[in-house]
Amino acid sequence: MTKRIDQIFESRRAKGQAVFVAYMMGGDPDRAASQKLLGAMPEAGVDIIELGIPFTDPMADGPVIEEAGIRARAGGASLSSVLDMAAEFRRSNQTTPIIVMGYCNPIHHMGYGAFAAAAKAAGVDGAIIVDLPPEEDSELRAAFETHDLALIRLATPTTDAERLPKVVAGTKGFVYYVSMTGITGASFTQASSVKDQVAAIRAASGLPVAVGFGVKTPQRAAEVAKDADGVVVGTAIVKTFHEHGHDAAIALIRSLANAAHS
Amino acid sequence: MGKIDNRAWPDENGRFGDFGGRYVAETLMPPILALEKAYEEAKADPSFLREIDEFFAHYIGRPSPLYFAERLTEHANGAKIYFKRDELNHTGAHKINNCMGQLLLAKRMGKKRIIAETGAGQHGVATATVAARLGMECIVYMGATDIVRQKPNVFRMRLLGAEVRAVHSGTATLKDAMNEALRDWVTNVAETFYCIGTVAGPHPYPAMVRDFQAIIGREAKAQILEREGRLPDAVIACIGGGSNAMGLFHDFIPDTSVRLIGVEAAGRGVDSGLHAASLTGGSPGVLHGNRTYLLQDEHGQISDAHSISAGLDYPGIGPEHAWLHDTGRAEYVSATDTEALEHFQLCAKLEGILPALEPSHALPRTLDTAKELGKDGLIIMNMCGRGDKDVFTIADALGEEISEGTEGVNRKAY
Repeated sequence: MTKRIDQIFESRRAKGQAVFVAYMMGGDPDRAASQKLLGAMPEAGVDIIELGIPFTDPMADGPVIEEAGIRARAGGASLSSVLDMAAEFRRSNQTTPIIVMGYCNPIHHMGYGAFAAAAKAAGVDGAIIVDLPPEEDSELRAAFETHDLALIRLATPTTDAERLPKVVAGTKGFVYYVSMTGITGASFTQASSVKDQVAAIRAASGLPVAVGFGVKTPQRAAEVAKDADGVVVGTAIVKTFHEHGHDAAIALIRSLANAAHS
Repeated sequence: MGKIDNRAWPDENGRFGDFGGRYVAETLMPPILALEKAYEEAKADPSFLREIDEFFAHYIGRPSPLYFAERLTEHANGAKIYFKRDELNHTGAHKINNCMGQLLLAKRMGKKRIIAETGAGQHGVATATVAARLGMECIVYMGATDIVRQKPNVFRMRLLGAEVRAVHSGTATLKDAMNEALRDWVTNVAETFYCIGTVAGPHPYPAMVRDFQAIIGREAKAQILEREGRLPDAVIACIGGGSNAMGLFHDFIPDTSVRLIGVEAAGRGVDSGLHAASLTGGSPGVLHGNRTYLLQDEHGQISDAHSISAGLDYPGIGPEHAWLHDTGRAEYVSATDTEALEHFQLCAKLEGILPALEPSHALPRTLDTAKELGKDGLIIMNMCGRGDKDVFTIADALGEEISEGTEGVNRKAY
């Protein structure tokens, strides 16, 4: 539902805070541990959950998320099991939006219409499909319209002023600004403010803008939160969860959320 | 290279029917649109085409001969078999046709950092060669598995000044090298030109690579008309991603009397599940920027491809082949590892030509087709690469030991 997404952005804006978006890989390393992390996210301060769909060929991801996907697949995860995770989460949580995030092929294989229906039934609110640009997403967009799901688009540093209107047209919920050229988990080299880009995307889309890529620490999350409507953290959470376990991941999430909400 | 003829496909969205397109991350959309624009301008510029022609003639050695394989024809006891000898090109395969075109385009666009993926190493060697000639930096991504089975080519690339980066993720073969090249491109997008080696990837690559390889079919058609006074009954080529086949087929597409036959790698047999035959044993999906036939499981995860030939070891196929398959214009068959090995040896002994393992897959289906067509028939098979690079793999498969010492001698020869 796009309403859940709109509501969380409104409520944080009213408090002068940024929305905190946290990514996790669905099914890493197995269903039970992953379900537990998913369930604990809202209480730790996560406003929107990005739930990763594992894929064999994650061309836009760095090694941390690629390896998380390999572990998840070894643990039996697939697109349908990730949707099952969302459905189980939704039985006890009616307020926190879940955006599934992944690559086109598993969704194409299920069928765009079937995927939209299954996502809706599972209580999913939207999706980010990395390798499905506006030029190729009309079929999925139509299916999402039918089911009131948000197809979140990505804007990047290579998206110029001429292209931006095409990127944001028809998008709902929010726009995800990828703040650097590169893959997930790369170290952040452009320490400059994202204020101008966020303002341009807001103006073109009339939607809130969440900023991700290269945000690893509470300090950086607080900086980004000053300029954007939302802050996205992925790799740092996936890495901590893998290396140090559930409690350490939740502690990191809590500190990132506090920084985003500061 | 004369006028580049698009034969009306793909459409403005890069589609061949339902296949092709531009399935890339947003970061790469502006650069592929810029590439398309630059290519459209270049191919309409006579000076760009003349520059390619010059290099084709004096650097690559085009036209490649059309050779009557007399003893193989006698052996098959059927149609006359000709080889289009693109293995005689500089660097030993058809791959350099495309590299020449793409890197001259890169030069025109002011890009000096070239990246490429490679499987058998032939595309990597060709890219490294042209990059050296044009004074460009060259980085080649290659699966760690392929680095082991294609050692001579790895060393060749290094001699040519390229940096070879080993890719350990996934199956450590061609598809993983392509993933890694895409990651490099998305990171270093402003200064980098990605030279894709086959008729796959996002639009405009399938069309552009085809256009640069289409010289194969244009020459072959002119040569067979001169030699035999008529069109062939069939043209045959092996298929991994499908660039040599598309290069041979393209000029013959409107000649509907000519059968177009693509031979995929059946590995240990299509029924074994251990193969690389995307059309014979796959289904439509989206990978590496285009919609095409893929090897995939019931969850849409990409399956591992299997072939003795590193150059055919890829779970997808170019989108134009997918479309020629679905429209019925081309026929797609397959050959196993064992068949390729047997016919490698047959060709070596009958014709004095060591074919690469890739075109060795086309040989058995060429012989079948020759028998089927009978004595009046006429076939052209694309001998797209030479087999020197494969001697270690072949020795291993035949149970022959090439000792460390022998390998050392070979290495010194480079």
